[in-house]
Amino acid sequence: MEEVRLMKGNEALAHAAIRYGADGYFGYPITPQSEVLETLEAEMPWETTGMVVLQAESEVAAINMVYAGAACGKAVFTSSSSPGVSLMQEGISYIAASELPALIINVMRGGPGLGTIHPSQADYFQACKGGGHGDYHCIVLAPSSVQEMCDFVGLGWDLAFKYRTPAMILADGVVGQMMEKVILPEQRQRRTEEEVRRQCPWATTGKKGRKQNVVTSLELDDDRMEQNNLRFQRTYREIEKHETRIELLNTDHCDYLLVAFGSMARICQKVMELAAEKGIKLGLARPITLWPFPAQQIAEAARHCKGILVVELDAGQMIEDVKLAVNCSIDVQHYGRMGGNVPSPDEVLNAFENLFINKK
Amino acid sequence: MDINDIIKPENRVYKRPALLNDCHMHYCPGCSHGVVHKIIAEVIEEMNAEEIAIGIAPVGCAVFAYNYIDVDFIEAAHGRAPAIATAVKRLQPDKLVFSYQGDGDMAAIGTAETIHAANRGENIAMIFVNNAIYGMTGGQMAPTTLLGMKTATTPYGRRADLNGYPLAITNLLAQLDGTCYVTRHAVHTPAAVRKAKAAIRKAFENSMAGKGTSVVEIVSTCNSGWKLTPVQANEWMAEHMFEKYPLGDLKNE
Repeated sequence: MEEVRLMKGNEALAHAAIRYGADGYFGYPITPQSEVLETLEAEMPWETTGMVVLQAESEVAAINMVYAGAACGKAVFTSSSSPGVSLMQEGISYIAASELPALIINVMRGGPGLGTIHPSQADYFQACKGGGHGDYHCIVLAPSSVQEMCDFVGLGWDLAFKYRTPAMILADGVVGQMMEKVILPEQRQRRTEEEVRRQCPWATTGKKGRKQNVVTSLELDDDRMEQNNLRFQRTYREIEKHETRIELLNTDHCDYLLVAFGSMARICQKVMELAAEKGIKLGLARPITLWPFPAQQIAEAARHCKGILVVELDAGQMIEDVKLAVNCSIDVQHYGRMGGNVPSPDEVLNAFENLFINKK
Repeated sequence: MDINDIIKPENRVYKRPALLNDCHMHYCPGCSHGVVHKIIAEVIEEMNAEEIAIGIAPVGCAVFAYNYIDVDFIEAAHGRAPAIATAVKRLQPDKLVFSYQGDGDMAAIGTAETIHAANRGENIAMIFVNNAIYGMTGGQMAPTTLLGMKTATTPYGRRADLNGYPLAITNLLAQLDGTCYVTRHAVHTPAAVRKAKAAIRKAFENSMAGKGTSVVEIVSTCNSGWKLTPVQANEWMAEHMFEKYPLGDLKNE
């Protein structure tokens, strides 16, 4: 049954996965998301649901274990943070190319390089624009609360299985580390082998009662490989059509629009309140899916606005998609902090006033 | 006596394994891969395991192993077959899971996955085809290339000071607590083929019995890469490769 708990975002990921009926987790420790593996090991789900939990020898091994589990039709996932997710990109490309459902979680820290262990959103490009080699996308979900960390585990897997494509939860270190009230869902049963065979007839479950199944991304015939790519693209168009998600706050009568995701959207809610006290009408557009990007909804929300401020924990990445969304017909500016710094609401409001109000 | 009096099931002494597809292989004439494929197909058939067998194919010459051996297969990224086999077996413990890798895949790019899967004692069988060269990419140096051996990237012969030493990864694996059976064979004579087949059968049975990781190395020829005829390649292998990679059991528990 449902349960109300106080916990970190990272812990919520682990509990949500067990309760979803996950079949396996494969991961490698890295700050600031190690609580996912730690919580799973402490919960010992192999004793209750039969879920496999394995600390792999590297992120490279972990993502390939996820590829393997997905090939078997299982609900499998991994979690890491920015440098580790960079190591996983080849595997994610293979998962996309093999049309497999898998869940990958990135609790972002500041980069580039080894960078910092503190929060960042600087992997937006990597997550949304491919990341690995070849023409592919992951469905990218951006939680801004511990409840959404929990809820997006199930949503991520549901979408991944529906479209046979990898889904990524792109959280930042703030959402991973902060503690909030969370309602954990009811425990679901793991699927039986018969259910897996029925739902995933393509899976490598042993060729009992059918012909051989092969999971591969290799196709040396150019025309057939192009057909594969066209099929992937058709899937992406379907996802764009049906799965774009956004939260809009105060956008009906606002003069200016804030666009932010994850923890920055939480900070921007406070910015809106502070601005209102000064008589400035701000709205907030919070993309929930970063890919597919809610371009149409943002363009609609910004139609009557004098300007847009994109607030990110990076040097300006999502701003490119916002500019494309409004076709640069509105003044779009960026405010961001880097290096693991998180701005205060006052700091963001100050930046907004300098960029849009004081300059006039 | 008519020929049809002879062609009868009771007279049959040899057949193509049912699980080896009747198609042209892309392997060069004289290559060891075809024989290794055949004995794997025979063993799966003899164990009545075709409905539970899941193979992991490598990157390298055997990348299309799934076109020839008619069981479920997952194509691995280069070097990752042991990680993939690990997850398949852990998630489906009742399945027969085997990886099939060449020397570059197993002992260069995939060394970490190889060592750690074996060290965890995953209940899988690792088939390791060691021909001391990168065949698929055109004959470059492998981690197992012998000192002095000429390849596309060691055109004057492998030198220890430049390229390090040939890596006997199977010997390393025999040291690990997670392995139960580590053995080295070849398929250059009928007797050797029979022994290699028995080893693969034992490795498969070990993995189903949950005894830990089994490793079967097949010291192999790459006559194209070695630029020798098939017969010369077999002779060269026996003369040079077996000295560094001697045949026989390294561990049998």
